[in-house]
Amino acid sequence: MTGQPPALRLEGIVKTFPGVRALDGVSLSVMPGEVHALMGENGAGKSTLMKVLGGIYQPEEGQIIVAEMPTVMTSPLQAKSKGIVFIHQELSLAEELSVAENIYLGELPQLSFGRVDWAKLYTQTDAILEKLKVGFSAKTIVGDLSIANQQMVEIARALTVDAKAVIFDEPTASLTDAEKVVLFDVISDLKSQGVGIIYISHRMEEIFKITDRISVLRDGSYRGTLETRNTNEEEVTQLMIGRALDLSRNASHHEMGNVALEVRGLSCGDLFKDVSFEVRRGEVLGFYGLVGAGRTEIVETLFGLRNPSAGTILLDGEEVHVSSPADAISKGISLVPEDRKGQGLVLGMNCRDNMTLPQVGDLSSGPFVATGAETEIFDKYKDKLDIRTPGWKQTVGNLSGGNQQKIVIGKWLSMHPKVLMVDEPTRGIDVGSKSEIHNLIRELAAQGYAVIVVSSEMPEVLHVSDRIVAMFSGKVMRTFASQEVTEESLIQAISGITATDKVA
Amino acid sequence: MEAGKLSKFLKNGAIWGFIVLELIFFSVAGEFMSLSDKAFMDVDNMLLLLKQSAPIGIIAMGMTIIMVNGNIDLSVGATFALSAVILLDSMTWAVFAGLGDWVIPVSWALALLTGVVLGAINGLIVWKTGVDAFIVTLGSMLGFRGLVFMYNGENPTSSLNWTLVDFAEAQFLGFHTATWFLAVVTLIIWYVMTRTVHGRNAYAIGNNREAAVNAGIKVGPHMLINFMIIGFLAALSAVVFYSESGSVNPNDGQLYELWVITAVVLGGTKLTGGAGSIVSTLGGVLAIQLLRKGLGHIGADTSTVNLVIGLILIAVLFLDRQLNAKGKEELKI
Repeated sequence: MTGQPPALRLEGIVKTFPGVRALDGVSLSVMPGEVHALMGENGAGKSTLMKVLGGIYQPEEGQIIVAEMPTVMTSPLQAKSKGIVFIHQELSLAEELSVAENIYLGELPQLSFGRVDWAKLYTQTDAILEKLKVGFSAKTIVGDLSIANQQMVEIARALTVDAKAVIFDEPTASLTDAEKVVLFDVISDLKSQGVGIIYISHRMEEIFKITDRISVLRDGSYRGTLETRNTNEEEVTQLMIGRALDLSRNASHHEMGNVALEVRGLSCGDLFKDVSFEVRRGEVLGFYGLVGAGRTEIVETLFGLRNPSAGTILLDGEEVHVSSPADAISKGISLVPEDRKGQGLVLGMNCRDNMTLPQVGDLSSGPFVATGAETEIFDKYKDKLDIRTPGWKQTVGNLSGGNQQKIVIGKWLSMHPKVLMVDEPTRGIDVGSKSEIHNLIRELAAQGYAVIVVSSEMPEVLHVSDRIVAMFSGKVMRTFASQEVTEESLIQAISGITATDKVA
Repeated sequence: MEAGKLSKFLKNGAIWGFIVLELIFFSVAGEFMSLSDKAFMDVDNMLLLLKQSAPIGIIAMGMTIIMVNGNIDLSVGATFALSAVILLDSMTWAVFAGLGDWVIPVSWALALLTGVVLGAINGLIVWKTGVDAFIVTLGSMLGFRGLVFMYNGENPTSSLNWTLVDFAEAQFLGFHTATWFLAVVTLIIWYVMTRTVHGRNAYAIGNNREAAVNAGIKVGPHMLINFMIIGFLAALSAVVFYSESGSVNPNDGQLYELWVITAVVLGGTKLTGGAGSIVSTLGGVLAIQLLRKGLGHIGADTSTVNLVIGLILIAVLFLDRQLNAKGKEELKI
């Protein structure tokens, strides 16, 4: 690696927006055949830096050097022609078209009179697909592919040019573990071909598995580069947030109350089968498992979004049927959904109206909204949950992920639910706010709420739960008490390896 | 923050600025080009303008709720026509012969009921089938219009009741009856949208339907109510208009849906739902009516009027897009 010029070098990039210095002299160099992680909290400047690299923003100072040639980037397309290719988190594919058409979109090989040269198109595409070792052909319709395979199409698109550097932006966000393996294989292939790779991700596990070096941004400035094999998670986290993150085990020391929710033999088609558990007041019950293990489907069923095919739900010892979210809410079951922006918040509405949305009818006398009472509730929970916003009039879409999540939590707390279910409490939330949300969940349990937490992050589940339900393909494999669980036993349980000795 | 406020002000106030511009333009241009020697901003002319805004305006208030909700209703023109037919025809029914002038409230009630029922049909289909409102109301637009023709063939339905005509042509404090109807409807719907739980829910559903469901809002019944409201308002619009004219052709009200939607969109309501204001819709209604009347005042014919309104609509949406795009770019820090 040494001796070669870097595939891509950014030098002293400065970009300011009115009132904010978004990038403050950031430098970064990526060697050919290197996987270089770019890390930082949300708002640290990663996406701004990538937009500068893609020519969407023009930097005020600094330069971009591709293979020792200073280059001015004007658009992502132009960047691609210089060998800089982006694989975005959100896929931008035409789902009704074939793989080949997508890969060569805008650059279809042509015959005379503008006719498409289909034969050439398909042979070229198949050549690229072969390199990627994927199981679909050039003629496959993109919409029929899994998300992971669609991502492969995006990557194949990148390979149509002589790529010098490929930027992956949170590529594993929607992939299963098996699909991740395939992606990592492709990345290591690219690496062996001498392509420089920038890998943006929040997931430490992956970073330590596949990268060679880690560069960290904080508040728009460069904080250093670490050799991956000479560092550890604590050091990286510390660099990212400026302090250490507490992820110790955290079982409750306070007294547990009576059983708030009991579920017996709950099933929902093929999604999950014969699920039984209970959660007490003052307890945090964690649900852990792989994507598709049925965790989210369970909480959705309890919230009335799905109809169970069998089983009983007991709330405070009494059997209940939950027919709709409205019904669940009136019975005291609430859900902080997985997709905060898509399912939890009305982004265009202000903070107060979002928080009081489920109870605005109850607050009012007659058909008219009681805005005074609403503001009171908002102010109370703004203080209680430490929501940082200039005021209730602020549009929710403008808040950070952590504060948005607090609004959703506050929405339910203000209605004093019997059971609070939180699906992926810290998805898309930066490291600093994560621990705040964790503390909040612990504190709610201490105040006597029965809390269910669904998470696909093991440190999180271990950190917040009193007991952990491990799930594998729709079944409860084991229920662990916080003191007895080890990472190994948890991984075995969610992979379906161990015997099914259920401990209730 | 300051910049955001300014652009918000520009966006909300733009339609009223446009109205002022129209008034100035037509007053000045009228001096040179008008065949009549009356000024454009003559009081009688302006009062008439308000009156003529009423039929479209009343429906536009309902359309604003529907569009804020993220739906659309293309059947309002046909609902308008069918309600008008019921209104005028029922006045001649033998069962009501002994009622004298009391037939008026009865016929009104029947016409309004027709609108509510037609709206409920739309709403129920949208709720229960989950088919997009655009498709559902495209179908009902054709279907309801079919009912109008089945009722009386190609013939107009007529019934002139002089008591009713006197009422419709009356002026109270200078304003015509129709203007008062528009004013009251605007006020009530404005109140519903800004002060009631129903209005709050309408914005929430249009903005993020899934989040609204998860907050326990019953989206289906909510939409049903909105379609009943717009059905009622389409019928009310017919009641106000045909009380005076006394005769309805089976083709009446055609393209009303497009005029209404144009007015609502000019007023800044988003086609995708979640944002919109009743006051701005009123602005949109007045702006269109001013344009139609003003262009007529300076001697343009109907085809020119349509061309100009079409161009202005596209220009306005383009400007809106530019303003919004700029705002978004600034946010992405």
